[in-house]
Amino acid sequence: MADTMELRDIEVWDGNMAASQALRQVQVDVVAAYPITPSTPIVENYANFTANGYVDGEFVMTESEHGAMSCCIGAAAAGGRVATATSSQGFALMVETLYSASGMRLPIVLNVVNRALGAPLNVNGDHSDMYLGRDSGWIQIDCYNPQNAYDMNMIAFKVAEDHDVRLPAMVHQDGFMTSHTAQGVKTLTDEQVYNFVGEFKPMNDMLDLDHPVTHGVQTEEDWHFEHKARQQHALMTVVLPKIQTAFDEFEKLTGRKYNLVETYNMEDAEIAVVCMGTSVETAEEVSNELRAQGIKAGVVGIRVFRPWPLEQIAETLKGVKAIAALDRSSPHGTVGTLYNELAGSLFNTGTNAVLTNYIYGLGGRDLTKAHLVGIYNDLKANMDAGKPTTPLQQYIGLRGPKLSFF
Amino acid sequence: MLEIRWHSRAGQGAVTGAKGLADVVSTTGKHVQAFAFYGSAKRGAAMTAYNRVDDKAILNHEKYMRPDYVLVIDPALVYVADITANEKDNTIYIVTTHMSTEELVASQPKLQGKKVYTVDCIKIAQETIGKAIPNTPMLGALMKVSGMYDIEFFKESMIKVLKKLPQKIIDANMIAIQRAYDEVK
Repeated sequence: MADTMELRDIEVWDGNMAASQALRQVQVDVVAAYPITPSTPIVENYANFTANGYVDGEFVMTESEHGAMSCCIGAAAAGGRVATATSSQGFALMVETLYSASGMRLPIVLNVVNRALGAPLNVNGDHSDMYLGRDSGWIQIDCYNPQNAYDMNMIAFKVAEDHDVRLPAMVHQDGFMTSHTAQGVKTLTDEQVYNFVGEFKPMNDMLDLDHPVTHGVQTEEDWHFEHKARQQHALMTVVLPKIQTAFDEFEKLTGRKYNLVETYNMEDAEIAVVCMGTSVETAEEVSNELRAQGIKAGVVGIRVFRPWPLEQIAETLKGVKAIAALDRSSPHGTVGTLYNELAGSLFNTGTNAVLTNYIYGLGGRDLTKAHLVGIYNDLKANMDAGKPTTPLQQYIGLRGPKLSFF
Repeated sequence: MLEIRWHSRAGQGAVTGAKGLADVVSTTGKHVQAFAFYGSAKRGAAMTAYNRVDDKAILNHEKYMRPDYVLVIDPALVYVADITANEKDNTIYIVTTHMSTEELVASQPKLQGKKVYTVDCIKIAQETIGKAIPNTPMLGALMKVSGMYDIEFFKESMIKVLKKLPQKIIDANMIAIQRAYDEVK
């Protein structure tokens, strides 16, 4: 039986430690991992907990990230609670197996500490790897600070393992800006966390020898489409209500309220930025400063990136006159992903909002409050003009001549 | 909001120092943030670490900072790193050096007219801890210059932060913190 760990009510943890502690407290059966910066400390801390008797489960060191996720898939199919962590190139190497995990309906939790994808090689935070995972069939939940990284791991297990869901979930946090930034984290006891997530109840597990099942089948043209449709049906109809229920229960337990779409100063907002990760909170601070000057500035944070909360987004942005979609990833040949998602969410709603796109923060480039003030100034001009006064896509924080498209 | 920037070389303990300070400040009910710029971290490379302290939740995640305090824990960084970057009119500098404050300012004209304090954290660490790890003594000096906390309270809090280390090392750190507190000028 694993030892319990006494925690202070508030621990000063970085996002990696917050995620490691959550994995320890939910008592994962198998963590199979191959370390990569900046997610390394998650599995390093977890290995330390295991070696010191705080974990009953198995810790497996693998030969690659592809091997790590393959091992997780095997362990999940066998019937265990399973988790791992990765970043960037490691995530890219996992991609093939990510589709297997979701297609086989295995509730694995993957902590993705977001980092740029090379070339050129870069260990710092942007959202390239998060965006690479967006069609993989996984639930994707985003964190803005270490407290979120702790809390969202619990939500991820609770939702992914629900028998109506049975889909894997990623918990995203910004490389370094969250993963290596220590802040106060309000803790729960080991017992509180375990009771919140609940005991793992396997379904169609291969080690249930009385009920033999086959995993990893070949279907071809006769059944492939139906399998993918069932998977999409679960993602589209079941997941968001289950996340909302988990958020409600979590609020009862902790007093901390989370939403599918996070809003800040949005009640009467005329202009709004939509973004993810640590940028959400920096934008919140800037919106407070602009409010003090009488500018009705708001912030929308995407908490659940997949499944995309299309209707909730449309409702949130109803009545906003100018919107900026902030993408921390190079779109390589089109507009940014959030721009596309927002355009898709707002089309057919009768909105007259002006929508523009900003590419920022690649490879860890700082997003300053001054940048955000500049964006809000653009939005105000767009609102007053009733049309874009800037190119649709602008690069901010980039050295050299200004870069923009469309 | 109180903001602190550390100038250090990778391996000298600036990150541990920043996190240790955050740990102590957090126990007093304040909100804290501690982070660093790593780059491709190589032992000995110049690097910076940061603290933010506030009475309300800290939302700002920008790396840009106009520091209230600049803590330099490697003497040579006064000449090779941009220690006055983004300074304010009243930014306070605490520098590890064997020189007096007057000699230091004379050797680095950028510090002329600034509020500069000096203390030899490297020597203190060598004589007490037995290694040139100047992070904890710098915190002792910061307590003296800032008046942030009573030194006895701070030392008691640091004992809890360092609790995983051998007792001998913890004791040596406490002497180092007190010496820097007494010796900073």
